[in-house]
Amino acid sequence: MTFIAKPKVTHPSLPQNALGLTRRAYEGALSTLCAGCGHDSITAAIVEACWRLSLEPQNLVKLSGIGCSSKTTAYFVSGAHGFNAVHGRMPSIATGANAANRRLTYLGVSGDGDTLSIGLGQFCHAVRRNLDMLYLIENNGVYGLTKGQFSASADVGTRAKKGETNLQPPIDPVLLALDLGATFVARGFSGDKRQLVPLIEAGLKHRGFALIDVLSPCVTFNDHEGSTKSYAYTREHYEPAVFADFVPREAPILVDYAPGEAREVALHDGSRIVLRKTGSDYDPTDRAAAGAAVQSRMSCGEYLTGLIYLDPSEARAEFHQVNATPDEPLNALPYEQLSPGSQGLRKILSRYR
Amino acid sequence: MATSASSRINDFTLKIATVNGTGSASANTLLMKSIFRSGVPVMGKNFFPSNIQGLPTWYEIRVSREGHLARSGSVELMVALNPETYARDVRELAPGGYLVYDSTWPRPVLLSRADVTVLGVPLARMCNENFNGVRTRILMKNICYAGVLAALLNLDPARMRGLLEETYAKKPQLIESNMKALQLGFDYAREHFPCPLPLAIEPMDRTAGHIMIDGNTAAALGCVFAGATVAAWYPITPSTSLMDAFKGFCERLRVDPQSGRKRFAFIQAEDELAAIGMVLGASWNGARAFTATSGPGISLMNEFLGLAYYAEVPAVVFDVQRVGPSTGMPTRTQQGDLMACAYASHGDTRHVCLYPADPAECFTMAAEAFDLAERLQTPVLVLSDLDIGMNDWMCPEFHWDDAYRPDRGKVLSREQIEKLDKFHRYLDPDGDGIPWRTLPGVHPKGAYFTRGSGHTQFGAYTEDAHDYQVVLDRLMKKWQTAKTRVPRALIESAGRQIGIVSVGSTDSAVREALALLAAEGVAADYMRVRAFPFGEEVERFLAEHALVFVLEQNRDAQLRSLLTLETAVEKAKLRSLLHYSGLPVSSRFIVEGVLAELRGRSSAAQPNAVGA
Repeated sequence: MTFIAKPKVTHPSLPQNALGLTRRAYEGALSTLCAGCGHDSITAAIVEACWRLSLEPQNLVKLSGIGCSSKTTAYFVSGAHGFNAVHGRMPSIATGANAANRRLTYLGVSGDGDTLSIGLGQFCHAVRRNLDMLYLIENNGVYGLTKGQFSASADVGTRAKKGETNLQPPIDPVLLALDLGATFVARGFSGDKRQLVPLIEAGLKHRGFALIDVLSPCVTFNDHEGSTKSYAYTREHYEPAVFADFVPREAPILVDYAPGEAREVALHDGSRIVLRKTGSDYDPTDRAAAGAAVQSRMSCGEYLTGLIYLDPSEARAEFHQVNATPDEPLNALPYEQLSPGSQGLRKILSRYR
Repeated sequence: MATSASSRINDFTLKIATVNGTGSASANTLLMKSIFRSGVPVMGKNFFPSNIQGLPTWYEIRVSREGHLARSGSVELMVALNPETYARDVRELAPGGYLVYDSTWPRPVLLSRADVTVLGVPLARMCNENFNGVRTRILMKNICYAGVLAALLNLDPARMRGLLEETYAKKPQLIESNMKALQLGFDYAREHFPCPLPLAIEPMDRTAGHIMIDGNTAAALGCVFAGATVAAWYPITPSTSLMDAFKGFCERLRVDPQSGRKRFAFIQAEDELAAIGMVLGASWNGARAFTATSGPGISLMNEFLGLAYYAEVPAVVFDVQRVGPSTGMPTRTQQGDLMACAYASHGDTRHVCLYPADPAECFTMAAEAFDLAERLQTPVLVLSDLDIGMNDWMCPEFHWDDAYRPDRGKVLSREQIEKLDKFHRYLDPDGDGIPWRTLPGVHPKGAYFTRGSGHTQFGAYTEDAHDYQVVLDRLMKKWQTAKTRVPRALIESAGRQIGIVSVGSTDSAVREALALLAAEGVAADYMRVRAFPFGEEVERFLAEHALVFVLEQNRDAQLRSLLTLETAVEKAKLRSLLHYSGLPVSSRFIVEGVLAELRGRSSAAQPNAVGA
């Protein structure tokens, strides 16, 4: 398995975004994952979301840990720097990178093993810090590269390819993030791009920590009967709580929502999320109700999806607000602003004479 | 004030035994600083427990008119205030020495010694009679013994008052109560004992141009001057005060008075794994970032250090070494991480290490560490220790060259990337083994993928044998470049047969030992290594000496191992002097070790008698 450069195929009629870039500009290397892997669909959704947002490719920073999911950061936006950290430690790399330059957009891609087992601690603390990033979990309930062990997100009663039944309760990243005070929590399904793309757009634009847990079946080790993370099971058991549309800042206000059916939430940069009801009375701005709804669905073996929780005011201070860092990135501060110089040193040392 | 060689004027060791958490630190600092301000060279070492309150603690002050700043190996004046350690404290006192104790309670007769002078002072009784409140009485007892010592040692009370005024500038009500306690002790001693003692202080002028500072504060100051902006850490003794000091300096120097915005990020991480991850993330993204830790933290950081070595990400790590293995003795000093740092992480990894000897070098090497890390695109570990980090050392005052600008190494600018046909991360266009790097957010053509998995010189993933080896071999070439850039070993050589090699905080003990050995007729050359990898001067020193003593503070002769692994030296001629009790080595230990080895050689001609 080696690095395979993806041939850039361009056509004059391909649609361009506000930067004049086609979707091709947001692609990366050729995927080396198994044919039909849910992760590749997520990669496509990320390409679509970044293109729609007209992100400058170099202003995106891609971060990941170790595992099948973590490989995918090589497969989109080749004009962005990527950092493939060690297993489970992507959040700390993201924290340091974000501390150094707050002006860039940080997208972390991780898996259920990388996040919920080896990386559980760092994940929790990134949420606590309200680090300004989108953290996307490609969740398939199984370790792929080591051939099919259960992960910490495997449901009770789910069956492994070799026949073993999981008896330990899962760690649910959505419930965990809600509990830890995350300001944007969503769940998607790799097989539903229409739902996923606006979630990624909104997550990238959200100020603070945004989590999207994406159910992403493993075609090789977890797509059989008896698995609760197979394509068939997920299709049958995922239930959108609310439809979320992302409306960029420059787009006109849409009027085609029936009154009472839609609610707009403005993000700090002027873009908006329009939440449309699905029929139920779900309120994604109520943290406690959101948690209860997720749990109640889970007890019936169903996955509640969509934008599960959003802090509508974006009131919680994100990492840089907490640290009161300047608007200018720390990595760009001139040295003269950092060193007190020889005069300053003499003054400091007067206390030590 | 002519003093004969045998006089103890300005030449003795004073040790104070108390219970931790009782506030004796301020009294001890007051004493030491008074001596320092008298112009007399002084060393202060704190031997404290890993505990908040109630366990034994000692403070050792050495006064040396010759300027020796290491432990001498003997104690001439003991202030024994802790009943729990009374027996051993009395035992430790040199014959002819003086014992001060609290005579409020009867002194256990069994512990008395005929060969020392016993000076009883009713410290508790005097403080109980003169102060109210339990805590105040306990605190004032410390200042009271400082007053006793001021009288016994001939310290100037006015100078001590001046120090108290500086210390309590913001709490002036404390000055009078402290002065009252000081005076109580001072007057009692004057009244009851012949003051001053034969071992006393006479003002000199040997501390002008010097400061008293601890290594952690000095290292933190170095980080400020180096322009570090991101500090991530997890609390661990004895490194915590380095981070506290950095934060303190930055809050004084780097906060915009109008907006309150801080030109630094100070992140308390969830553990050391995260702390080093944050440092790598920030350095990779173009900020100067560092962490400080101790042995257990180094163990936890291993995986990321390997990634940083292989993916070529700069990082600065201060390892304020403490006693291992495992949790060890967190408040005792050792040089036990030399091997763990040099080769941290699995696979073929090796790291640039700097070894400061005192706070002055902590300051200069902090700035050097950032320059080296960014120039070489690799982690640089600065191995201080608890002795340097947490004790106040007398050092020449630090200076800063205003012409200094950080060496950010080979980072391509936007314009340079624009001109490139294609950017490749791990090529060696300059032939020094150091590739060029780019920062995120600058130019899409500069984008590359940083990974710890096998990669080609073009930055792409690989499992190809040849492509993998090309990168690994180029890293070794970079290592050769590092040898020419790290601080040179300090060598004092006069072509003698015997050499002594040391590292870090043992320097002052070796320097005194060299003088003492010379007086015994044993002349030796000296080399203090200051960095890993070793430069060619290290190789040469080892080659030029027939017998080389390697002094270090660990059991396993780690410096000696590094020397035998990384130079061509013949192993048998390196003799270890190993001091690993957790206390800083004394000059006496070195003198005795060297003489024992030489005597053994002349009588039995035994090879390998010492060390191995």
